[in-house]
Amino acid sequence: MTVAVRFERVSRHFGDVRAVDDVSFEVQDGEFFAMLGPSGSGKTTSLRLIAGFDQPTSGHIEIHGSTAEGVPPYDRDVNTVFQDYALFPHMNVIDNVSYSLMVRGVDKAERHRRAEDMLALVKLGGYGSRKPAALSGGQRQRVALARALINRPKVLLLDEPLGALDLKLREEMQVELKALQRQVGITFVFVTHDQAEALSMSDRLAVFNEGRIEQIGTPEDIYARPSTPFVAQFVGTSNVLDAESARRLAGLDGPGSIRPERMGLILPGETPPAGAINVSGTIEDHQYHGASSRYQVRLEDRTSMVVVVGNTAAGEAVQADVGQAVTVFWRKEDMHRLSNDGAAE
Amino acid sequence: MSSAALDARKTGGWLRWISTQLHSRPRLLLAVLLGPPLVWLGVIYLGSLFALLLQSFFSIDEFSGLVRKEFTLKTYSELLHPANLDIILRTVGMASSVTVAAAIVAFPIAYFMAWHASGKLKALCYIGVMLPLWSSYLVRVYSWKLILAREGILNWVFEQLYLTWLLDAILAIPVIGGPSLSISYMGTFLVFLYIWLPFMILPIQAALERVPPSLVDASADLGARPRLTFRKVILPLAFPGVVAGSIFTFSLTLGDYIIPQIVGSSRLFIGQAVFTHQGTAGNIPLAAAFTVVPIVIMGIYLTVAKRLGAFDAL
Repeated sequence: MTVAVRFERVSRHFGDVRAVDDVSFEVQDGEFFAMLGPSGSGKTTSLRLIAGFDQPTSGHIEIHGSTAEGVPPYDRDVNTVFQDYALFPHMNVIDNVSYSLMVRGVDKAERHRRAEDMLALVKLGGYGSRKPAALSGGQRQRVALARALINRPKVLLLDEPLGALDLKLREEMQVELKALQRQVGITFVFVTHDQAEALSMSDRLAVFNEGRIEQIGTPEDIYARPSTPFVAQFVGTSNVLDAESARRLAGLDGPGSIRPERMGLILPGETPPAGAINVSGTIEDHQYHGASSRYQVRLEDRTSMVVVVGNTAAGEAVQADVGQAVTVFWRKEDMHRLSNDGAAE
Repeated sequence: MSSAALDARKTGGWLRWISTQLHSRPRLLLAVLLGPPLVWLGVIYLGSLFALLLQSFFSIDEFSGLVRKEFTLKTYSELLHPANLDIILRTVGMASSVTVAAAIVAFPIAYFMAWHASGKLKALCYIGVMLPLWSSYLVRVYSWKLILAREGILNWVFEQLYLTWLLDAILAIPVIGGPSLSISYMGTFLVFLYIWLPFMILPIQAALERVPPSLVDASADLGARPRLTFRKVILPLAFPGVVAGSIFTFSLTLGDYIIPQIVGSSRLFIGQAVFTHQGTAGNIPLAAAFTVVPIVIMGIYLTVAKRLGAFDAL
């Protein structure tokens, strides 16, 4: 498999701020790769390094085998969908979409024909003569996509492209983007701070924190086997136990984490499944979420854990009020050992 | 709130009654606030302008020198006399060249202020552009006369650089040249350019500030080299600012009568013609007709500017 983007020990420092700090990763050709992290974690800076808007302080970047550092954005076979879409307000949709063709000197008729094709691909046929200001957020985003894809770049970069859309539209666009990527077969590098988005859309993702990558893997890897307390807690909800508690409760030799939905809750007197680890505690908070219920349980050793129980056909969740004594249980193999850099704060 | 407090509010006296009236009737408040200035503007400004326009339809009796108060277009036809037409063309030519030059000089300054300067440097730029506006216009024009004079510092600099031949060559150019910069069209042009430059810099800078930097990134991302990005993205988006600035430089040059009098050849500009005709010559109708010329030109100019979207940038 070809490598579309390679980062080798890349750093980008702004004065004392290490926006990207010694980061290495590879994106395979044709892959949908997400860069996930909170704001200021270095994911957008990494994207700008790939696009060429910014140059690394040190390290090596390759795009499809050729060195990228020092190469200006207009000489890179990479296109970007910007967070604010960055559509040219003084041009209509057709001229926006065909901008890169205009730059290359393609004649007008050909330009318009190909732009119309792209607009049809993003389901905006017939909108060519409108100005960006006359479009809705979702439509602008499609125009930005069409504009970035018209040259069939080797890599498409997307900088939080769904961030400005409302929830319903965002969910639709997630499905469409994924389908579009399969259709055009272009490598997508997608920056987001939304872990659900990253999990549901990407083939692989990198979790960024404070300028470094905490973990790279498939969504299943990241969710089921987080390697650090940060990943365990940033991606979904996790109960992270420090080394001491993890040894006492689960016999692990270091810090551990367990997903709330992998745990069960029973009232005193009921028996937990055979072989399960069980700890008694008190309910501190209870929220009803429709499909599931969420309980905050204070264990005997003062550790607080979150347990999510599905309201399924198998039975409603435990009817329990705050202050009710309960027993929390989980299977030993569901608790996952984290790397040894201490428990989460 | 206690009922005692409510009572106190109800019985607050006539001042409180007025406040309540103004609060509940926003239009009344607006009328009270805007009334006096509108009356002033309507009577003093528009009234006198109208009176002036009316004068332009009168004519002067050539024997008695008295104004004949009968409607006639004779005064307007006088504008077409070669001497008067010269004045109009000279003024419009000067205003156009000052405007074009101001746009060319102001653009890089505005560009630097909008996109490169930040923090203290930006504040310094603002002060640098605005500071001259806080000093007397006359002082600035007279100091330029000194700078441009044959005995002035500019001549001296050219001498020190052994470039006097260059200055002489420039001054030898017909029409725009002259015996020295301070008594040539070139001098008038330089002073106009200097005096009105801030009015060009600020609107362009405001227009550039409103261009999101991501558009420049996007253009580069789509393959455009900086030159093309400038031509296709930055310039079109800053253009309304240029047009807005040109309204200032053009109209101010069109109406000014002090600069050409202090710096330049003795040939008249529209403002000077108005000044002369209404003063010593006592030909108020012709002065009024001359006044109508820049009004009409600016009317046309503003209509075109509006089409170009200049007022979106104000």
